Amino acid sequence: MRDLTAYKAHELNKMYQNKEVTVPEVIKAYIEKIKRDDGAIKAYITLCEDSALKRAEEIQARFDAGEKMGPLAGIPIAVKDNICTKGIKTTCASKMLENFISPYDATVTKKLDEEGLIIIGKTNMDEFAMGGSTENSAFFKTHNPVNLNKVPGGSSGGSAAAVSGHLAPVSLGSDTGGSIRQPAAFCGVVGLKPTYGLVSRYGLVAFASSLDQIGPIANDVTDIATLLNVIAGHDEMDSTSANIEKKDYTLALVNDVKGLRIGVPREFFGEGVSEEVREAVSKAVEQFRALGATVSECSLPATDYALPAYYIIACAEASANLGRFDGIRYGYRTKNYENLQDIYRNSRSEGFGEEVKRRIILGTYVLSSGYYDAYYKKAQKVRTIVKKGFDKAFEDYDILLTPTAPTVAFDIGSKINNPLEMYMTDILTVSINVAGVPAISVPCGKDKEGMPIGMQLIGKHFNEETVIRAAYTYEQNVKKEEV
Amino acid sequence: MISKEEIKHIADLSMLNLSEAEIEKYTENMKDIVEFANSINSLDTDGVTESAFALDSYNVFRKDEIKESFDRDLLLSNAPSSNGEAYSLPSMTV
Repeated sequence: MRDLTAYKAHELNKMYQNKEVTVPEVIKAYIEKIKRDDGAIKAYITLCEDSALKRAEEIQARFDAGEKMGPLAGIPIAVKDNICTKGIKTTCASKMLENFISPYDATVTKKLDEEGLIIIGKTNMDEFAMGGSTENSAFFKTHNPVNLNKVPGGSSGGSAAAVSGHLAPVSLGSDTGGSIRQPAAFCGVVGLKPTYGLVSRYGLVAFASSLDQIGPIANDVTDIATLLNVIAGHDEMDSTSANIEKKDYTLALVNDVKGLRIGVPREFFGEGVSEEVREAVSKAVEQFRALGATVSECSLPATDYALPAYYIIACAEASANLGRFDGIRYGYRTKNYENLQDIYRNSRSEGFGEEVKRRIILGTYVLSSGYYDAYYKKAQKVRTIVKKGFDKAFEDYDILLTPTAPTVAFDIGSKINNPLEMYMTDILTVSINVAGVPAISVPCGKDKEGMPIGMQLIGKHFNEETVIRAAYTYEQNVKKEEV
Repeated sequence: MISKEEIKHIADLSMLNLSEAEIEKYTENMKDIVEFANSINSLDTDGVTESAFALDSYNVFRKDEIKESFDRDLLLSNAPSSNGEAYSLPSMTV
């Protein structure tokens, strides 16, 4: 019997249209697969078996009635557990929100539902999206489906592992400093961080509001473009959501990069980038050249300053955003209290994990009296410089090409006791969030142990279509066995 | 250099209780992290304006219209403690 979990979303859509398979059959196949394989991978915090099956029947009835359905109707999707889903737990992989059931849907959740996608489960992550390995989950660690001894990356490690392990054909993650792209690279799948403001953040539990962005993860670029069509768009519930004309990103699925100007910023190949990553990305550069793109080296001079500026800004915003967790309105409340102060202090101390506390402390420090100008204000100026650096590079180039991460996925436990070393895993992705531009990670090779390597393609603000076209062309022309 | 006393003070501002072992650990971590954060000081930012985020939009307003709000019972269902109409708290007076 054929394995229904082996297909891409666009392939399943054709099978639904041709009545080769029904939506409940696909959902059942995924639930069986999750029950069989997720004990080892541990991508999911919550499995939505009953609601998914019920929804599958409803969507199938609409197909049967001959209703015109969207390209992702009846497709199962895994959603990162910091995206609010009405009636389904949204834990942020934190003890603080272990039993939190959102009273409303995030805008993206509502859009998924309107398009007939079916949420099959909520995925594991670093607590409050703080981390690069999904080891900071308060519940359990997720394992990389390519090699179970390795981390899946993070913070959207569960969402990337679910797609890589065929426990969902597509998923949603969130990316504050690389949290979609780095796990996509580690797990050998495709992940897109859209331009800041393209996708509504309403209902995304805030980590760093000026950097957070929701984006799609999938097994190919076609599914990425199709899912981006669903989630992108202006939303009056998010004041930072951009009010721009809606585009059809599938029109960018064009196999042609002739004349495309690709810049390769030398600062992204510095110390710490492994030899095998360098080789794989250099090979991709040659492949783009062979396909007719013009490729040359360029410079983003402020790159070295983006990582420290990122950690200052992100932690400052996190310390403010996480102030809402007070043990009163929702979330964890300590049992040990006599007065209001005790509730605040003990609930927060018992409810937050180690890394979350570390970032609250760093954020409070950089915002505290006497340090505000030296750190926070300075970092906001660095943000301007980083952004201008990208603007300048994009005067000469349509796309910038870099590795997504300096190394392949590392062993579980190998970096967890060294926070600064863990922060360094974001070194090639954070500047993209600081500048607010879109970037995709696509698989571009494997190391000698078979661990996937990702390449990052960066575009101009709101120019996702060029990023998608370049990624699609690469994907269509490179033999599957090579990547 | 960040001291243990500073970490204690910052934890206090953050409404976090830290054990002695945690204070020790965070002080150690923060030394490295703050040193790393200090590296931005070598970039000349004279005359550069700050960016609060990457886009140009500023103060987005909407009409102040009354819309349907959340159902009270639904909101209170997430509260650790409530009397059915409001959140329950210990007395604020000492």
